[in-house]
Amino acid sequence: MLGYNTLVVLAGCALLGLACGTVGAFALLRGRALMADAVGHAALPGVVLAAMLVASLGGNPRALPPLLAGAVIAGVLGVLSVQALTRGGRIREDAAIAIVLSSFYALGVALLSHVQTIPQAAQAGLGKFILGQAAAMRAEDALWAGGIAAFSVLLCLILFQRLRAACFDPDHARVMGLSVARTDLALLGLIVIVAVAGLQAVGLVLVVALLILPAATARLLTHRLPVLLLVSASLGALAGALGAAASAFESEWPTGAAVVLAGAIFFTLALLLAPERGLLPEALRRIHRRIAATESHFLRAAWEAQEAAGAGPGTAGDRWTPIAALAAARGWSEAYAARLALWLGLRGLVARAEGEIHLTPRGAAAARRAVRAHRAVELHLLGLGATDIAGADRLADLVEHGLPAEMATRLLAEPSALPQSPHALGPGAFSSQADTLGDSENATRQNFIVRPLRGREADGH
Amino acid sequence: MTTPAPLAITHLTVAYGDKTVLWDITWQAAPGLTAIVGPNGAGKSTLLRAALGLIPSIAGEARFFGRGLAEVRNRVGYLPQRASVDWDFPATALDVVCMSRYPRMRWWGRVPKAERDAALGALEQVGLADLADRQIGRLSGGQQQRVFLARALAQDADLYLMDEPFAAVDAATEQAIIAVLRRVVASGRSVIAVHHDLSTVPSYFDQVLLLNGRAVAAGSIKSAFTPDAIARAYGGRLNVLEQAVAEGGLR
Repeated sequence: MLGYNTLVVLAGCALLGLACGTVGAFALLRGRALMADAVGHAALPGVVLAAMLVASLGGNPRALPPLLAGAVIAGVLGVLSVQALTRGGRIREDAAIAIVLSSFYALGVALLSHVQTIPQAAQAGLGKFILGQAAAMRAEDALWAGGIAAFSVLLCLILFQRLRAACFDPDHARVMGLSVARTDLALLGLIVIVAVAGLQAVGLVLVVALLILPAATARLLTHRLPVLLLVSASLGALAGALGAAASAFESEWPTGAAVVLAGAIFFTLALLLAPERGLLPEALRRIHRRIAATESHFLRAAWEAQEAAGAGPGTAGDRWTPIAALAAARGWSEAYAARLALWLGLRGLVARAEGEIHLTPRGAAAARRAVRAHRAVELHLLGLGATDIAGADRLADLVEHGLPAEMATRLLAEPSALPQSPHALGPGAFSSQADTLGDSENATRQNFIVRPLRGREADGH
Repeated sequence: MTTPAPLAITHLTVAYGDKTVLWDITWQAAPGLTAIVGPNGAGKSTLLRAALGLIPSIAGEARFFGRGLAEVRNRVGYLPQRASVDWDFPATALDVVCMSRYPRMRWWGRVPKAERDAALGALEQVGLADLADRQIGRLSGGQQQRVFLARALAQDADLYLMDEPFAAVDAATEQAIIAVLRRVVASGRSVIAVHHDLSTVPSYFDQVLLLNGRAVAAGSIKSAFTPDAIARAYGGRLNVLEQAVAEGGLR
């Protein structure tokens, strides 16, 4: 069973994750992700100086409030330094952030090694602020985390419109009279608060990840901002709780690393699997499109082979065509064309026998659609004044697959009829070698050997 | 007393660092449809942005309807360049248009129905009512430009400053946009637009400001948009093709 202490840590980390996820969503959209990193690192000298001060005054250097106050002051100083550096336009923001972040952190590390020599302050265990130690969290710390979470969620809701306007188009917001500067200040304040609040649990090196990972994950999953906020906050809380649980069961693990790893796993999963923007669904869609394009090329070649043999549009399906002839027409290898025929046979679009195919009724319908789309594009291009018929053919080859039937209808003068191909059909019609009509006309007659359908036996396939 | 000009700029000078982009511009925009035309780097966008206080100016001022911008903000609308925002932003077309109603709303809570309806009306004016719920990243370039136009319209301003409203849109969209702008002007409002295509200036616009760091010429198309003034604005940079287009447009 989970002990009381573990529950406190779990709740505290979850609430911090909630606050970070909410604020992080706007930080990410406003391009302030690195600023959060600067705040975290800049906090270290503040924490150490606060501990030294408390110790020298005879107080308890372990007490959290003065340490966090020191962190806030140093964090704000860090932000102000970044802004001062970028103001003149001499230094870009990313460079300014890198300078401030590393300088403040170096100062903090130097102070930290000095503080170890002071007996009273050395007991404060300040090292835990670097990588985080949620196990040290007490009930009142968890309450603080809850208060911060409630405050940041509330402020984000109140400022929702302002934040959205400032994130999307700050110039436009300014012209409308919304004070983007004040909104930005509020956002920076929130970033400082949640970053400092996360120091104890996650550590200053990794607190930026708790702000950014849930937001970046949510962004992959939705394109509605309210939903994004909800998802980001939930993922932050979940990552916080999971990380705390992991480090409670495996006490060697620093909490910060466990929390951030949980967030990173969510992000990776979303990156791979998000329905619309995930890499895997996208790859599947691409493969599907490619297969569909190749299928329609094959079917169209089969249809046009009928036409070239004089069967005429609309009467296709009553002839057998050698697969080799289709391969030649498309410039495919015969083995490849045979595999395609096998695939289309499995899909019930063609019937196969002895190295020949003919279109099934369904296949003929699909082929007719493909031919129609192709000619619609071709004729449209020619109607626009294109004179390069082979070029129009090749271009149509590329774009026809995205063409919905309604669009083809709009492009065609006589929507119900299937127009004649503007060029001769057959091998060479698809390659640049035979640009003249006469050549391909001859090629057609020679290469398309089409024989009448052999009665009903074909239906058995 | 005559009514004050929608936009009056006096002695405006703007610099980026050491590089002065606009020199001592003094210009009064008349009511109606006005084009700001000039070569790349002439400071066209800078002029709009400086007038709106989005970038600091070294000297000079801009007055809207005879007053400072702060006093008449609700009468001035702005359409920035389409490329100036991240179109991958999580928002729908309607969300974006609603943003221009924010100054009229409470800070928290949902967008009130009246404001939503106003935003929908603006989308309808630009022919995008069907796409109100589409994510902005999935709109075509021309549709995105029209979303921006709808957002400006929803502001219900008396003067619109538009930064390249025709940039990278197809011919049909361009016609749709100019039709909307003409309706806006017909209802007594004014539009000042940065424009790139010299050949369409005379047919689209009533007035023109030719800009090349300085104000080269300004006024009605007839008086200011002369081959001589165009040549001065474009200097050696007007190539043969543009020259031909410019003269063709004037015929």
